[in-house]
Amino acid sequence: MSVTVKNIVKNHGDIRALRGITFEVTEGELFGLIGPDGAGKTTLFHILTTLLLPDEGDAHVLGIDVIAGFRNLRRRIGYMPGRFSLYPDLSVEENLSFFATIFNTTVEENYHLIQDIYHQIEPFRKRRAGDLSGGMKQKLALSCALIHKPDILFLDEPTTGVDAVSRREFWDMLGRLRVSGLTILVSTPYMDEASRCDRVALMDRGEILSVNTPAGISREFGRPLYSVTSGRRYELLKALRACTHAHSVFTFGDEVHYTDLREDFRPEMLESYLQQLGFDDVRIEQITPGVEDTLISLMSTQDTRDPIGDDNHGHKEGTNDGYNPAIKDS
Amino acid sequence: MKAFWGFIKKEFLHIFRDRRTLLILFGMPLAQLLLFGYAVRNELNRADIAILDHSRDEVTREITGKLLSSGHFQLSAWLESEAEIEEVFQRGIARNVVVFESDFGRKLIREGRADVLIVTDASDPNMAQILEGYTANIIREYQQEWQMRNRMAMSGVGGMTSGAGGLAASGIIPEMRMLFNPELRSANLFVPGLIAFILMLVSAFLTSIAIAREKEMGTMEVLLVSPLDPRQIIAGKVLPYLVLSIVNVFTVLVVALVVFQVPFRGSVILFSLLSLLFIMTALALGLRISNAVRDQQTAMMMSLAGLLLPTILLSGFIFPISNMPVILQYLSHIVPAKWYLIIIRGIMLKGVGLEVLWMEALILLGMMSLLFVVSIKSFKIRLE
Repeated sequence: MSVTVKNIVKNHGDIRALRGITFEVTEGELFGLIGPDGAGKTTLFHILTTLLLPDEGDAHVLGIDVIAGFRNLRRRIGYMPGRFSLYPDLSVEENLSFFATIFNTTVEENYHLIQDIYHQIEPFRKRRAGDLSGGMKQKLALSCALIHKPDILFLDEPTTGVDAVSRREFWDMLGRLRVSGLTILVSTPYMDEASRCDRVALMDRGEILSVNTPAGISREFGRPLYSVTSGRRYELLKALRACTHAHSVFTFGDEVHYTDLREDFRPEMLESYLQQLGFDDVRIEQITPGVEDTLISLMSTQDTRDPIGDDNHGHKEGTNDGYNPAIKDS
Repeated sequence: MKAFWGFIKKEFLHIFRDRRTLLILFGMPLAQLLLFGYAVRNELNRADIAILDHSRDEVTREITGKLLSSGHFQLSAWLESEAEIEEVFQRGIARNVVVFESDFGRKLIREGRADVLIVTDASDPNMAQILEGYTANIIREYQQEWQMRNRMAMSGVGGMTSGAGGLAASGIIPEMRMLFNPELRSANLFVPGLIAFILMLVSAFLTSIAIAREKEMGTMEVLLVSPLDPRQIIAGKVLPYLVLSIVNVFTVLVVALVVFQVPFRGSVILFSLLSLLFIMTALALGLRISNAVRDQQTAMMMSLAGLLLPTILLSGFIFPISNMPVILQYLSHIVPAKWYLIIIRGIMLKGVGLEVLWMEALILLGMMSLLFVVSIKSFKIRLE
């Protein structure tokens, strides 16, 4: 096992950042932590990279205890924090060679490790890191995290604030790194990136809701899912929410994703209901649930269990429309 | 070790690429020195003076001539009556009025004493005191000369004037001489204070900001998750500023010696060693602040309010500690700059050594050790 996490609890004052996290990552796996902002992804990464102490539970990375063995561990992990953490006043080259020196190595020695990524930004090696685009910063930060040949790589939201093309390229690079046998943990708020991982853990408000392969996650959804569209999206949303048979209703880009409580439900039933209300341009289509659909449905069921559930996550079961980050960039 | 030198190199790159840091580092000390040297002078240079002479005899003319030829004063008005004094002050024509009583010269010869009144505009109390001192000094000098002349005249003419005997009997004129800074040169006073201030600025202020910046940008996370020992991170941050502080002290000192002719009477080695002690104290303070804050803004505010202001106000740099309320006098004991100022003023102006300054040196040493232990202990090897 590359990572073993057992029952990790972490509180930031009154905020319960992690409420008992347990999961494992096997060697050579590309493992995704997926969840909205505030799910506790960064806190979990800080604990695994020895930057924070857990309040309860224990965690091992590369078989080393993250508390007792933090000095040893720090030599062997590669970590790319959420904000890229480069020195904006140093050039591309200087940043890379600085991170190489503090890990007692040189750029030349390990150039083969980063060649694939670094050659894309090499033409700009004299440019200050502060003047790079988001995508180039991301590549440089990844190069810096890889230059000392780590045995495991932690990437905290590496694709946040990066354009869609760079995001895709970035995941391609991660795929190639995985082939070389490196264990990689990535956190991301983008659901559509889940499919690039071997396995993902869905996180929300300090808990892991599910750990599965991307395909397995979709199968967990458990109900037929329908995409409903109309020119009057807002009215449509209200009308669907008002429907007594609605199980879950949430927006997904221009569409509204809908599940029904009735066992014998057929889309025509919904269509006639909406036509009665004056929607004449409605289109209803059954679709395969994505990771986001599963996450939202899992978050909703968690709400009914969890009396503390806040307003962001809907008042009625399954009426969540607050969360759709995957749509913005893709 | 290679990692450590790489760190130092990076630190110097930060410093030399940041225009703001460079300005504070090299521009500010020089600007301060010249500002204090030329503009913020406590010494007199052609101050406006008005004379009200009720006597208009040879003696008062001579005294007036002496005042005006001293280079410290220039005549702005001849007054006719006491009523005009207030007006002269109100309209800012003069800040100092010298009033000779009538029959001044004759009284001086007959009775051995005559009254002169020095009126100063005390709306600026410091200035008033200085004006008063200068005026009184010049008059006293004249009195001495006058006495010598008369004594010689007496021995020559053989006791022709009876008054001369009386004057000789009362002839001891209280002498007030100012030690160590006889010309009251303000450069001698401010240069040591300025050195303390600059060291505090460079060592504490800039170091605290430099570390806070790593935290703010998130690069501290990566530094912590690296094989670098926390002590190496601290040393790597502190060492460049130590070097630059030393460079700065000597630049300021050389400019002060050459341009303002400030004396340096004591040992340069002792000066350097004790300055190093003070620099380390300041660095430890900067480190302590940076450990407590998360961003540059807070680091800046804390070092300004917590370090630079006390260094200016409570160290004796500008305001004499003995004139402060008792509670502030006690407070000044914990300001490292106070002890450092005593030390370097002692070395530079009085030429004394450790035999006199050992207590101040020990206090600084104690402060430095304590602060360094506390700062290193409080350095976080994790994020919280």
